[in-house]
Amino acid sequence: MGQQTVSTFQQFEHRGGDVQVLPASNVALQVTDVSKTFVSKRRIVEALRPVDLEVAAGEFVCFLGPSGCGKSTLLSIIAGLQEPTTGKIWANGKQVKGPGTDRILLFQEAALFPWLDVQHNVEFGLRQAGIKARKRATIAHQFIETVHLKGFEHSYAHQLSGGMRQRAAIARALAIDPAILLMDEPFGALDAFTRDRLHTELESIWAETQKTILFVTHNVREAVALSDRVIVFAPRPGRIVREFHIDLPRPRNLEDHNLVDQSAEILQVLRSEMVANEEEENHG
Amino acid sequence: MASETVERAASRLKLTKQDSAPLWWAKVLRQIAFYLVLLFIWQKLATSNLWSTGTFAGPVDVWGTLVERFQDGTLITAIAVSLRRLAIGYGISLILGVILGLMIGLNRYFDETLGSLILGFQALPSVCWTPFALLWFGLSEQAMIFVVVMGALFSITLGVDAGIKNTPPVYIQAARNMGARGIALATQVILPAALPNIIVGLKQGWSFAWRSLMAAELIYVTLSLGGLLENGRDYVDASLMFAIMLVIIILGMLINGLIFGPLERVVRQRWGFQQ
Repeated sequence: MGQQTVSTFQQFEHRGGDVQVLPASNVALQVTDVSKTFVSKRRIVEALRPVDLEVAAGEFVCFLGPSGCGKSTLLSIIAGLQEPTTGKIWANGKQVKGPGTDRILLFQEAALFPWLDVQHNVEFGLRQAGIKARKRATIAHQFIETVHLKGFEHSYAHQLSGGMRQRAAIARALAIDPAILLMDEPFGALDAFTRDRLHTELESIWAETQKTILFVTHNVREAVALSDRVIVFAPRPGRIVREFHIDLPRPRNLEDHNLVDQSAEILQVLRSEMVANEEEENHG
Repeated sequence: MASETVERAASRLKLTKQDSAPLWWAKVLRQIAFYLVLLFIWQKLATSNLWSTGTFAGPVDVWGTLVERFQDGTLITAIAVSLRRLAIGYGISLILGVILGLMIGLNRYFDETLGSLILGFQALPSVCWTPFALLWFGLSEQAMIFVVVMGALFSITLGVDAGIKNTPPVYIQAARNMGARGIALATQVILPAALPNIIVGLKQGWSFAWRSLMAAELIYVTLSLGGLLENGRDYVDASLMFAIMLVIIILGMLINGLIFGPLERVVRQRWGFQQ
């Protein structure tokens, strides 16, 4: 690869108030000063400290961090399924004010509707958009092929393996043709072999469709293997601590030593951040 | 991983099921033997002269009555009349129950007000509505149907309500994300997601409706199953009473076994509650 490991990293300090604005056409997502605080009777929980973030169209970005670091909360806010406490989000040139079909969220549990077969699950979004039955079927058919589920059109979720369910969920999202795919630990419950295969498939779908992908994970290697940029989150309070640009050539191999080195370095950052955090807590 | 544990538990369940599967015929044999013994004892009791004439009947007499009533058409008519009342009353309860259930399941204010009232009515045995039904509708079909509605309505309503409240939020989120709103969200996602609980409510509702209909038919005698039962008492004809009771049991088991049983099984399997 010729490059030194360190030179492939471009590390950024967390940005302050000034937001650099890229040309609008190139920016898929702009997150400005978004934070989330939960207030309950007993206490106030700062789930996410104010975040500024920009994602270019077609970029593959991973949110990496341990549980409770606010990465899923941010994804859900971007999806419009949760309201931010402060801040604003622009997606594809429009301000986010609730869920929209330009940003589709995929869940760890796939969330296929158990009362519909694969075909009708994939058609669901199209049906809501008022597309005629025949056209729906054609589109669904195409995306079922894309995710290699041909022959399982009439299967129900309970008849599919975990990996096949995620494939069906991906087809269901792609059928709506969103500009942005939001993936919340979609492969977290799968075995390592299935996960590897789905990584490869997701990468090729991404290359083909040019979608912008935001991918939440707590798996460092998964993040490095998939993304152009890894954004590292730390918990209590949830916040962004670092960004890493991953410039490794694709397709990537999980055994590649550059990839392993980069993963190790990111893990090191994450560990030291958590240790610092614990010390702070103990002293406080 | 929690999901791993679930999968492991599921595979273990499957194993136990397979282990017990080859013994089904033994179970059937035991059941046949049990009922043969029961019939024998029943017949012996009937011929023992412990009861005065007409107050007890053995299986031989009961079978004779069944055949006779079947041949003269009264039994068929009675079954048709009772099932028709059940179907109309149950149909009305189904429509009203789904609407009420959606209201209290989806709206906090309806839940606080109407929800509590329906919980109260659910605690009232529906036979208690029979005097009112006769007062308001007179000795009429409407009175019978009203009692059936009161029997089934609240169970169905509470089933729909429970179904909505137990729906995994992830389905609603996914549906809203994909552009489902309003009535489409309610009919295409919320109701089907609630179906396992709705079926529990439907099943309970039907059994309450069946019980209350039989009670109401005893009070207002027409040619119906309850009416024939009451006739049996009037004419001191135990054979007729036993025959009608048998018919009521068999009809109840048939409706459970042919409609609600399979419905529940399919839904529970498809919704992932069992393998």
